[in-house]
Formats: sequence, C-alpha cells, structure tokens
Amino acid sequence: MITKNLTCIGCPLGCQIEVLMQENGEIALITGNTCQRGEKYARKEVTAPTRIVTSSVHVYGSRKGERTVPLKTASDIPKEKIMDVIRDLRGVSVPCPVHIGDVIMRDIAGTGVDVVATKEVE
Amino acid sequence: MDRTAYNLIIIGGGPAGLAAAVSAYDAGERSILILERDTRLGGILNQCIHNGFGLHTFQEELTGPEYAQRYIDKVVERGIEYRLDTMVMSLEMGENKLKEIMAVSEQEGLRLYSAKAVVLAMGCRERSRGALNIPGFRPAGVFSAGTAQRLVNIEGYLPGRRVVILGSGDIGLIMARRMTLEGAKVLVCAELMPYSGGLKRNIVQCLDDYHIPLKLSHTVVRIEGKERVEGVVIAEVGPDRKPIPGTEEHYDCDTLLLSVGLLPENELTITLGAEMSRVTNGPVVNESLETSVPGVFAAGNVLHVHDLVDYVSEEAGKAGESAALYIADSAELEEGAPRIPIEFEGGVRYTVPSAVAPDRVKKWLKIRFRVGDVMQNRKVALYLNGELAVAKKRRVMAPGEMEELVLTEKILDAHPDLKRIELKVEEDA
Repeated sequence: MITKNLTCIGCPLGCQIEVLMQENGEIALITGNTCQRGEKYARKEVTAPTRIVTSSVHVYGSRKGERTVPLKTASDIPKEKIMDVIRDLRGVSVPCPVHIGDVIMRDIAGTGVDVVATKEVE
Repeated sequence: MDRTAYNLIIIGGGPAGLAAAVSAYDAGERSILILERDTRLGGILNQCIHNGFGLHTFQEELTGPEYAQRYIDKVVERGIEYRLDTMVMSLEMGENKLKEIMAVSEQEGLRLYSAKAVVLAMGCRERSRGALNIPGFRPAGVFSAGTAQRLVNIEGYLPGRRVVILGSGDIGLIMARRMTLEGAKVLVCAELMPYSGGLKRNIVQCLDDYHIPLKLSHTVVRIEGKERVEGVVIAEVGPDRKPIPGTEEHYDCDTLLLSVGLLPENELTITLGAEMSRVTNGPVVNESLETSVPGVFAAGNVLHVHDLVDYVSEEAGKAGESAALYIADSAELEEGAPRIPIEFEGGVRYTVPSAVAPDRVKKWLKIRFRVGDVMQNRKVALYLNGELAVAKKRRVMAPGEMEELVLTEKILDAHPDLKRIELKVEEDA
C-alpha cells in the first residue's frame, strides 16, 4: 500500500486528504475529506493530475517597446510535464504584433497541446 | 487654464475603471472619460499572467491579460474615451457641485478637467518593507512580490536566483511558482500568521507542486548583506506574533520577496475630504457605492481589497450605474434619503456598503464583508428591524475570503419603515 497526502482545493476548509493506493495504482481508501467534491478531487489528483501552464516569452519588433508576451497551454496538461513545457519555451522569441490566441508553439513537449498567446502586443 | 468638461470621469483604467465605464455607458451616459496613468488599459491584470480569472463573469478560466482584454474590447466598442500615461494629481470640489481634476501627462502636460460625477478606481498598492520594521541594511534584492511579478512577466528579467518569500498572500504564492518556472530556487515561504491568507488552490499549485515549504507562524528577523541580499534569518513567532529566541534559521539567498498585504491607494480620496474607513483604508460608501462626497463613487480595490477580479467588475458595474443615475437625476439624489447604518457582530470586520437608503436599492444589493478569524459551521444572518430576513450557512469562513450576502428589493419592500439593519455571524448548530 502507498499513502498519498493531499490538501483539497475545493474550498477554504482545505481538508487534509489521505489516499491509500494499492501497488497497481488502484485506490483502496480515501479519508479526511468532508464532502463529495473532496473525494472527486483526490481521485483525479492521485491518478491523473493536470495543470494549465502559464509563462511568458520575449517578443521583438514591438511598436510600443514591449518586451514580452504572456502565454498559456490551450488546455491542461499532465502535471509531470510542466517542466518539459517550460524547457521547450526557453529561448523562444516571437515577432510582433501578437494577438490573443495566436499559437506560439504547437504540440508542446509532446503533450498534444498548443501554447497560445494571452495578450495583445503591438 | 480652461477645464475640459465631462459628465463622468473615471480615475483608473484597471478592472474597476473599465467595468464602471461600460456600465455607465450602458445606463445611458455618453460623456465619459477614463484617466489611466500606465501606458495601457487593464491595470494590474496585465502582469497577472496566471489563469483563474473570470470563472464567475465569463464561466471560463482566463489569464489576467485575457480578462482585461474582454473589458478593454467593451470600452473600445462603445467608443468610450480614455487617456493613457495620464496621472491625476488632485481632485477637489469646485463650484456648482462640479468635481475639478488636475492631471498631468508627458504628451499634454498639465491639464484641467471638470466632471459632474467621478468614479474612484485607483486600486491598491503593496505594503512595503518600510512598514515591517525588519532590521538590517538596505541591500538590493528586496522586492515586493508585485514588483518581481512585473519584472518577470512584463520586463522579462529574473530579479534573483535564490529566493525567500515573506508572507503567503496570493501574489507571493503565485511568484513562488513563477520564479521557480523561470529557473530560480525558492527556498521557503514564511507566514507570520498561523494560517495563510492565500487561496488553498494557490498553496497546492504554487508551493506543494514544487515542494516549496510553507512555514506558518514564522517571520523574517534579519536581512543580511550590504550591497545585495546575502541571506535572511527566519524565526518562529509565538501567539503574540513576536519572534521566539532560539528558533532562528539562516537561509543563503540573494532575494527576498514581500507579500505582506495590500493598501487601497486613497491619497486623492483623502485630500477630497471623503470620510474614510479605518478598517478597509478605503472610503465609507452607501448602497450606491457613493462616498460621503455627493457624486463621487468608489469601486474595486480602492474601496476594499478584493480576492477575485470578478467581484471587482461586478461592484464597479454598480458604481458606474449609480454614477450615470446621479448625473441623469442629480437633483433627486441630492435630497438624500435617510440612510440606515449596517450594524454587525460575530467577528465581522466591516461591511461594504456601510449604510443603506432602502428606496435607493435597485433590484438587489450585495453586502460584502470580511471576518477577522477562521471560523467553522457558522450562519450569516441579516436582521431587518430585528426580524431575520436573509440567512445562509457557511461551513468555513476565513479572513482571506471575502463574504457576501444578497439583499433584494423585494425583501426590503416587505419591511417598510425600516429602522435597523444588523448583520450577524452566528454559531450554526
């Protein structure tokens, strides 16, 4: 049995949830949550945790002298891929103008997810 | 010098100012000007590149700049005028109830404006090192979390490589993750209080995800280094929030980020002479979000510090609507209906608004408040003339999470001759 400890993010209560897992990854027992949402969160978090990653890269040719454009993964990616996404963005520089939703990089870090701009930069 | 006249001038082009402008326009007002001191609209959202904004307003998770752009588009579509790079220097009452504004910009120099109504939407700023009394020299490398956020996200610089964060407010937590992703090592986040003021989600996704320890009931007692930060010393604090001798721990670092609270930016409001709240550091307002100076309204973080931009937009929408109404019918509003103060007890620190004229409430009124401590299993109850009118259960309440209670026009109508409004947080059996 493996024990995983989590803090629930469903509400300010922040229940400390303990998940008991069998060697094959099957969930044996979830304790510490005080509502259904907590159980659902714990299941997802121990089996397939995902995150939206946000960061920024440099731009060039900005009419207004802007230096960076912020971006995000267009949908959530597996949590363990966060650092791979960041590594792939290192050294990237994009020409202006950039518009919200412009694809900065396709299929980043083999996640199948695009990275898109989140700001208008002239 | 001639004064350029508008019906409504909005000071600040962040989320509050933009929402106020849009709703004033939609309420029929066409003579509107937004004055913004930065070089673009959107305010602090421009540097908040993380996601999680707009769940309430747009039912989707946007980043800060995306959320801002939604409102900027609304302002542009409506042809609402705005001036950038323009700093308001003073706001005073002139003749005929006109508000006089002096603003300065690089392009136009000094310029005078007058307005029938004003919406204050200047936002807030961060509490700085000076307010904390941390001993030591004044080396480079001590930043407010928001300054670091601007440096990383807008200017494209990494302000340090080994980082200690003091305070677990949301901006500090967000920057713990941001600095980590950009290649810095965040050693620890120390929080003076026995609980974090930040959202649980940020503790998990910004600290836990990156194995950054959060030390509750800890504070920085010394900053080392003369030219540049070379280390900080953190100590545990007792229930009196004073450091406990012998608990000091040294951290080698080149950067200290401070996330130790936000202060509404009210210099203009104070010189105008509006009545201020000592709890929120914002002006005292009535149900129309109008300050004690008739025709001057306030919304967003200048009024009280919010956790969610969605609430800022909604509040500012009300302020813009009230301002349009005031301009359209200022004579009627001038008379001033008698206002009933909202009394509160049970750990409530303040309410916004602080007083209500029942006949001025259109459809609904949101009473927003904060509690002073973490509480569990409570009931929030509103009594009108001593009679329970609205109640809702709260499993948990915390100082870091703004609370609200909706009072509808219908409930108010059912209580004619209203004399007393009481908000109570009670034990829920």
